[in-house]
Amino acid sequence: MRKYIGISVILILMALLAGCSKKDGEKVYVYNWGEYIDEETIKLFEKETGITVVYEEFEQNEDMYPKVQSGAVSYDVVCPSDYMIQKMIENDLLYEPNFDNIPNIKYIDKSYLESAEEYDPGNKYSVPYCWGTLGILYNTTMVDETIDSWGVLFDEKYSGEILMIDSVRDAFAIALQYLGYDLNSTNETELEEAKALLQKQYPLVQAYVVDQVRDKMIGGEAAIGVIYSGEAIYTSRENPDLEYVVPKEGSNVWIDGWVIPKNSKNKENAEAFINFMSKPEIALMNFDYITYSTPNSGAWELIEDEEIKNSPVAFPPQDVLDRCTAFRYLGEEMEATYIQKWNEVKGE
Amino acid sequence: MVKKFFERFYVGFILFFLYAPIIILIILSFNSSKSRSKWGSFTFHWYKELFKNQSIMNALYTTLIIAFLSALIATLIGTAAAIAINSMKKTPRTIMIAITNIPMLNADIVTGISLMLLFVAMRYTLGFTSVLISHITFNIPYVILSVMPKLKQLNPHTFEAALDLGASPVYAFFKVIMPDIFPGVLTGFFLAFTMSLDDFVITHFTKGPEINTLSTKIYTEVRKGIKPEIYALSTLMFIAVLLLLVIINRRNADKKQPVRKI
Amino acid sequence: MKISNLLNIKTPRSPIQKTGVNSLGIRNAKWLSFPYILWMAGFIIIPLIVILYYGMTTNDNNLTMDNIATILNPINLRALRLALELSIISTVICLLLAYPLALILDKSKMKSNSFIVMIIILPMWMNFLLRTIAWQNILERTGIINTVLKFFKLPMLNIINTPSAIILGMVYNFLPFMVLPIYNVLIKIDKDIVNAARDLGANSRQTFLKIILPLSLPGVISGITMVFVPSLTTFVISNILGGSKIVLIGNVIEQQFRIGNWHTGSGLSLVLMIFILISMAILSKYDKESEGSNLW
Repeated sequence: MRKYIGISVILILMALLAGCSKKDGEKVYVYNWGEYIDEETIKLFEKETGITVVYEEFEQNEDMYPKVQSGAVSYDVVCPSDYMIQKMIENDLLYEPNFDNIPNIKYIDKSYLESAEEYDPGNKYSVPYCWGTLGILYNTTMVDETIDSWGVLFDEKYSGEILMIDSVRDAFAIALQYLGYDLNSTNETELEEAKALLQKQYPLVQAYVVDQVRDKMIGGEAAIGVIYSGEAIYTSRENPDLEYVVPKEGSNVWIDGWVIPKNSKNKENAEAFINFMSKPEIALMNFDYITYSTPNSGAWELIEDEEIKNSPVAFPPQDVLDRCTAFRYLGEEMEATYIQKWNEVKGE
Repeated sequence: MVKKFFERFYVGFILFFLYAPIIILIILSFNSSKSRSKWGSFTFHWYKELFKNQSIMNALYTTLIIAFLSALIATLIGTAAAIAINSMKKTPRTIMIAITNIPMLNADIVTGISLMLLFVAMRYTLGFTSVLISHITFNIPYVILSVMPKLKQLNPHTFEAALDLGASPVYAFFKVIMPDIFPGVLTGFFLAFTMSLDDFVITHFTKGPEINTLSTKIYTEVRKGIKPEIYALSTLMFIAVLLLLVIINRRNADKKQPVRKI
Repeated sequence: MKISNLLNIKTPRSPIQKTGVNSLGIRNAKWLSFPYILWMAGFIIIPLIVILYYGMTTNDNNLTMDNIATILNPINLRALRLALELSIISTVICLLLAYPLALILDKSKMKSNSFIVMIIILPMWMNFLLRTIAWQNILERTGIINTVLKFFKLPMLNIINTPSAIILGMVYNFLPFMVLPIYNVLIKIDKDIVNAARDLGANSRQTFLKIILPLSLPGVISGITMVFVPSLTTFVISNILGGSKIVLIGNVIEQQFRIGNWHTGSGLSLVLMIFILISMAILSKYDKESEGSNLW
């Protein structure tokens, strides 16, 4: 009897080991935001190129940076936001891709490449993937007024109804802009004022969330939430009572772009991946799936639904964009100050 | 009589407390809406989708293979160690048992982090092997502590008798000692398997991008909303284990043998 | 101590052991422990040294106490204090819930105690993250409890994203670790002792206080350890049920590693480790049964 057990154990073990040995082919390690790609497009890429995609997700820029920097894992393609790309360029973490291998960059709209120059002068390191604004999502059945200001987030009337964003720069941007300051402020008194405002907000907040805001707003858990514009299309699809607005005080406009870290081991595969994702049809698939605005004009032209093509949420009019500012990287010291102050807010 | 009723009620209350979330999860696996907070209609859709979802099946596969391998290796090392420790003198034995207790007392987060720091310091790429090593590490103590008591109950003279009768030590070991400690070894194996299956924190810190276990897969999904396929998979696993345990229990009851613990 | 009680493996020592004779008679069995010793040295001792190294150095490899001193930062201190409060409260609640349960189960006529153990351990086969998320569904404002309360026009229960929800999560997740050790100790108490006490005129309260309670103490202490340590250090439960509004020491450490401050994170981990060791050392004073074979 025991003999049989022994034999079967060995057999199972062998079967498992055989299944476990992976094909050692071409690979590309992609590190992207959570739910930020249509998995179909990855399969199409694998089929077309024969390169295996190893895919991992992060929740915030601040989580991604140390992982890339420490080099514990060498990623080939990463998708940080503007200010984080700037930081990575300044700290010499990025590789200058050979744009001959990324011809599809021609589909990226000129205006976005121009905006990208602010953090990536000369467009040498990054290829824009998605962009959007930061704004307020509110449930029209739970709020009587028309919302157009960040002020509602600090209004005691909505105590317990507010979902605040759990991301340092975004949270401070909201407070700074509500106070009338620049969202890239490095002024100590302004930051202290913003911190005090956020501390005053703490008891009103139901929860600090990033991605979870989606489910909670759809389910009607809260009346007001801070959200990225890309999520707003999805949420209003699931729950038509939800309305998105970019407050009048102004907001943050951001671009997330593909970059290749210096310690990447498969740089050519990385370029192929970026090129593939910039194809209009592929960009469109991703837009349809994740509903974040695409800077790909080729993809935009392919959008069939006129309502979405002209959606003020996905492609806001110029006057909205005019009151939005992009984040800049503020230096290591300032970054630590922000984090410290944010911890003081949350450690209440 | 009142007391009896109260006791029944109390046990029922605790069981309800323990099982309420599980009932919720099982219900959610039949929810046609993708969102956790909205009830659509009743569907088996996610059970069909589950088997088509490559990333979940991969995570399940990784989870099971790591649980199996780590439990197996931990059982080999742990059983050998238990036999050795059992034959030691008091002082070395005390030291060995103290070391065995470290991973149990240490917070998961500290164990996970310290292992991650070690792998990174040694420039060892985080991935399947690093997770496997970590799981073996926290599994060995469970095996040792399951086997030790069985060893203590052994009669040493049978082993010596076997040797005197001309058996080789290895032969004697498998014929005389192994059958007696086997229940303990088995308990250790299953305990290690369960612990590996349920671990999140240590895997979270020691894994690389190439692999996901069910726990880490779920953790990344917590934020964006859990895919309903996960509920379906958990329901299937839960029911499988439930059936298995009921069958084992039946068989044991039939045989009217004293039932082994756990 | 803890695991042995969980497993119900505190067997009486065989008489052979007492004579001090090598119980197995395997000569030179020591080499069998070499793989284990190597493994433990490599993956338990050395990692602890690495964490000690990180905790006591700066980025430039200079020796410093600053990382450890960050625990004195008011935010971190508050996180530690809150974690302590919540974990002590949950441990007490677990004990209060588990002890009567273990007594009832012990008294019940159910012959197969493996069935009882199984019923209590079975929920662990559903991933603990999922079980914790399910509590969100139960406790949320639009959740099950509140829907029911609303239906009966009763006031809402607002405990999601508060410390109460975290305590509930801790109690829920770790209750089995309190029930099992106590139950396993109780079933091993010789019922003749209890009967003898009764015959000698002790009432049920006296029997409980003088006989059952003292004899079950090792199980209680195992249970306390197994609930207190994971509660104190959790970051997942507070994340999921606290809405990131409540920061515990586990969250602080996890955040430090997430944003790349490995040195600070290690320093705080060291503090936490020392903290746990001290608590266990104090607790073990009450565990008279462990007779040195279990360190803590």
